[in-house]
Formats: sequence, C-alpha cells, structure tokens
Amino acid sequence: MPMIEIKDVSKWYGSFQVLTNCTTNVEKGEVIVVCGPSGSGKSTLIKVVNALEPFQEGNIVVDGIKVNDPKTNLPKLRARVGMVFQHFELFPHLTITQNLTLGQIKVLGRTPEEAKTRGLKYLNRVGLIEQKDKFPGQLSGGQQQRVAIARALSMDPICMLFDEPTSALDPEMINEVLDVMVGLAKEGMTMMVVTHEMGFANKVANRVIFMDRGQIVEDATKADFFGKPRSERAQQFLAKILHH
Amino acid sequence: MNYNWNWKIFFETSADGRHTWLTTLFIGLGWTLTTALCAGIIAFLLGSALGVMRTTPHKWAVKLGNAYVEFFRNIPLLVQLFLWYFVLPELLPNAIGGWIKSMTPPWASFVPAVIGLGLFTAARVSEQVRAGIQALSRGQGQAGTALGLTLSQRYRFVLLPMAYRIILPPLTSETMNLIKNTSVALTIGLFELTAAARSMQEFTFQVFEAFTAATVIYILVNLITVNLMRWIERSVAVPGFIGPPDVGGGGH
Repeated sequence: MPMIEIKDVSKWYGSFQVLTNCTTNVEKGEVIVVCGPSGSGKSTLIKVVNALEPFQEGNIVVDGIKVNDPKTNLPKLRARVGMVFQHFELFPHLTITQNLTLGQIKVLGRTPEEAKTRGLKYLNRVGLIEQKDKFPGQLSGGQQQRVAIARALSMDPICMLFDEPTSALDPEMINEVLDVMVGLAKEGMTMMVVTHEMGFANKVANRVIFMDRGQIVEDATKADFFGKPRSERAQQFLAKILHH
Repeated sequence: MNYNWNWKIFFETSADGRHTWLTTLFIGLGWTLTTALCAGIIAFLLGSALGVMRTTPHKWAVKLGNAYVEFFRNIPLLVQLFLWYFVLPELLPNAIGGWIKSMTPPWASFVPAVIGLGLFTAARVSEQVRAGIQALSRGQGQAGTALGLTLSQRYRFVLLPMAYRIILPPLTSETMNLIKNTSVALTIGLFELTAAARSMQEFTFQVFEAFTAATVIYILVNLITVNLMRWIERSVAVPGFIGPPDVGGGGH
C-alpha cells in the first residue's frame, strides 16, 4: 500500500481548473520532487494531500485513510503529515521552543516536559539549540525554515510535505535548509517536495513529477527525468532552469 | 465680556446639598468610568466574537456578523440610546417593561447606557478584530491547520494573539471614543461627568469654570488611557516583530 495515493484528482477555483486528473503514488520512504512553471498547480497538488485545499473530484488516501471522506478526522490526519511552507509560518508571538511544542501539547496531548524534550531534540538536530528562547523574528530566514522543519518533525510525522521551502530564502541560506532535507531523505523519510532546486532532486529524489497547467505531464524516475524527459514541455523547462 | 470668574465655586455646596461641586464632578467621572468600563467589557467580548465569526469559513456566521455591524454602525449612537431607554421597555411584555421603568434612578439610565454603548462599540471592535485577523498571512492559519489544530485552537493560539497585538493602536482610539461617548448618556439621564458639569453651570451660572473642569478631566483621563494602552503595547510586543524599536532584534 502506498503512503500517499493520489487518484484522478481535479480541483477548480470557480471556473478555473487548477488540477486536472492528477494521479500518482508515493511509496513509504520515497522522495518525490514536484516541479514545473509557476501556476502549474504544484503547490496545490501537495496542499490537497493534507486537505489544506479542498478538491472536487478524485480520491486521496494517506496511510490508508481517505482524505476526502467527510468522516475522516482531518486534524488527526494532518497531525501525522508534516508540512513546511515557503514563508516558514512560524508563530511570531511564541518563542522557538513554544513553536516546537504547541502542536505536540494541543494536538498530540503530550505533557509540556515531554513536548519540550522532543522539540529540543529536533532543534538540536537542525543545529539551532542555542536559539531556543528567541522569537522567530530574531532569526534569519534560513534559521526560521530549519525551525519550521524541526516543528514538523516534533510531531513524529509519517511523511513530510515541502512547499517551495527555499524559494523565499537569500541564496546563501538555501544550502543550510537543503542539507537538513537531504539528511531527512537519507534517513528514509517519505517526502513530497515542491522545489526548483534540481541539485536537491538529483541528489536524493527517487522520482520527479513535472507539472504544467494543472496536469502531471511527467512522472519519471530521476534518471529518466534528467536523462531523457519525454515531453517537450519538460525539456524546455529543464533547459531553462539548468542553463544558468 | 462681563463675567464673574469664581474658581472657588468648586468648593461650594452643590445642587444635591451634600457635596461640593468638585466632588459632584468626580461622582460624575465615576459614572463615566464605570459606564465606559462595563460597556468596554461587553464591546471587547462581543466585538471579538463577532470579528472572529466574520473570518470563519462558515458563511452564515459571516452574514450574521456583517448584519450586526451594519445595523449598529449605521444608526447614530444617540438614537440607539433612545431606543434602549424609551422604546425597548414599551416593546417588552408589560411585567418586564414595567420593572425596567421602575428601576431606581442611576440604574434606570445606567443599564440602557451600558447596553447601548456596549453593543454600539462592539460593532466597531468587531471591525478591528476582523481586520487584524485578515492582516495575518493566510499561511499562519494554514500552518496551524497543518499541525492538526482545530478551528478554535487556531484562533486561540495562532491568529488572535497576533491579531490583538496588531490592532492595539486602533483599540486605543476605540477606548478613548468609548470614554467620550459616555457623555451621550446624559440625554437619558445618566449623571456622568458632562451631566455634572451641566448641572453646575445651570445652578451656578459659572459656565466657564464648569466646562473647563470637565474638559481638563476628560483630557487627563484620556491621557492616562493612552499611556496605559502604550504600556500594554510595550509589554506584549513581540521581539523582532512589531512594537517599539528598542525591543526589536533582527527581523524583516
């Protein structure tokens, strides 16, 4: 059974179709990179996985639980799916430690001590333990994104979704975030990553999904995607982003 | 201008025969502040609830909140107080209406003043709260959702703490407006500060002294309010986010 099963998913904003019959599976331990031009629906595709965005047609099953079933306890499901956003979205009024423990305490019902121990373990892992009492606004973008990853990991997710995690960062901060993500991938975390970082894709992705105008145009192994992309659109895209 | 200045008038016995005019003014101030405080509590709680309702995904809640705001914002405060004071008791069943009309003097004016001012100000607070929540990036709510927080937890732990911080400056103006608006309640017989000054003017003809005193007291009260609110702003300022620059760190 795949960890994430996306089948014939279509989504509209009013009369504008953002996703058209998207189908793909993510196996446990797989790292999938989703890329494509802006407006191609790649962010939307990962946001429907934990139902941050509703969709009108098709089915999504995460770890055996149907996302679009009205009976599904969505908060409970979402708590098991880690998510990292383009703009970090740490909670600015909470200290780094409080950011790491809020979900654990309020959603998972852990005690504050338990939550703190676990949160700080992951904060240490992303190399920011000395920042634990600061506020998000006092950290650099790269540091904030690493905290955001630690926040997601503190919830013990079964898989992680990344929505352009490095797009809002200054160039010199991109690598510190990618390093953390590469580490996670190597440990066997199931990941769906929307990114334009082809170096990251090349290093750790199992498969690359290329999207254009709401459709999955290409769903190929890394070697196939970079070696001989079938669609002309993907060839053009690769030519553009690899030639600079 | 022929006018007999008499600043000693404040220490003469007032119309009630028991206090000096100065004490009478301060009794009026007491009613001004009590009315503002009680109405303020109603306005804050109800305004927050309405403001939150208007940002939820529930369409009926949004419509209900909007209807409330349009109703209470579009009718002059004076008319609203008249409605609460004169009209409501007539519309209620005789037993309740009669009981309201037979309330002893300060309460018969105080209760409708608090309700009227509270509900009127709630509409305005709700606008601020809604704007504060909507000023936050959509991603904040999504980050809460993605962690598994429920809708009410999202408001409580993620959205409202920041929204209130953002709207503290406009809430300061709202608080000052509320204090000043209590003077309208003199029209329904509440003996607040302006009413006390008017009584002093009518009985002593010392119109300048009476309204100078009222003016100075209003200015002082609002200066204290502004400073209190600034102190609150400073004490809840988020390092590196908004607030006075002296607490800021890096940030954007």
